[in-house]
Amino acid sequence: MGNAKMKNALVALAVGFVFALGLGISGMTQPSKVVGFLDVFGSWDPSLIFVMVGAILVHLVTYRLIRRRASPLLSPEWHVPTNKRITPALVAGSLLFGVGWGLGGFCPGPAMTSLASLDSRPAVFVVSMIVGMYLFKLVDAKLKIQK
Amino acid sequence: MPVEWVNALLGGVLIGIAVSMMLMFNGRVTGISGILNGALSPVKGDTLWRVLFIVGLVLGGFAMRALSPDVFKGDLGTESWTTIAAGLLVGFGTILGSGCTSGHGVCGISRMSVRSLVATMVFIAAGVGAVALFRQFGILN
Repeated sequence: MGNAKMKNALVALAVGFVFALGLGISGMTQPSKVVGFLDVFGSWDPSLIFVMVGAILVHLVTYRLIRRRASPLLSPEWHVPTNKRITPALVAGSLLFGVGWGLGGFCPGPAMTSLASLDSRPAVFVVSMIVGMYLFKLVDAKLKIQK
Repeated sequence: MPVEWVNALLGGVLIGIAVSMMLMFNGRVTGISGILNGALSPVKGDTLWRVLFIVGLVLGGFAMRALSPDVFKGDLGTESWTTIAAGLLVGFGTILGSGCTSGHGVCGISRMSVRSLVATMVFIAAGVGAVALFRQFGILN
């Protein structure tokens, strides 16, 4: 285990922690709030739009500042996605994700943070989500999906 | 501004800071579905950070629980099959679609990726349509 890898992992631990605080404070860990946000044609609760607004406003600026550097502080190179294609997989996958998000009121981050509630529902959701990821792997092994 | 909007904005700013730390130190996008999926197919030298990120997410959850247990209220009260179906859809869909709310919605849009903007519009529109339909059919209350 390299020292750099250990530092990367400790950064990731801190990032996960701060991210979870953001999710909790913002209301993203409350499924009824998430469903209320998506309930545009019913009793719409727009408050969660400000989560994206806050996060994007910060990162629009920091992304540009950080990418001026030749490399990250603890890695020799950048690992930022470069795929620009709008593929059927992108659209179909996002569609399925959106339906599941509306049905369960959880996206992946809040679901894992909500494991700390020790309630059964987030645990059932996370286990099912992991099964869904394995199912994709099985399908992809056969179809070799172009992402 | 209602206090809920202020909280949402503050939480969003924290998330923006978190993803900026990941980029500045590790040079990576904080895409939670991708991080989890990578941890499920361990590759030597590329797993520990993923696992510790997830540990951090859960530890942050415990910290929130200690500060304010209300952050985990809002159970939908729906039947349990809906939670299983939702989890399967989110797991399968985010990997097929290469990202979720964090990777596409926050990181991708912030670097002005059209691909991520399209994905985000699709999953929000799908969520809006799904909630309307599920309400109609009485699956969501």
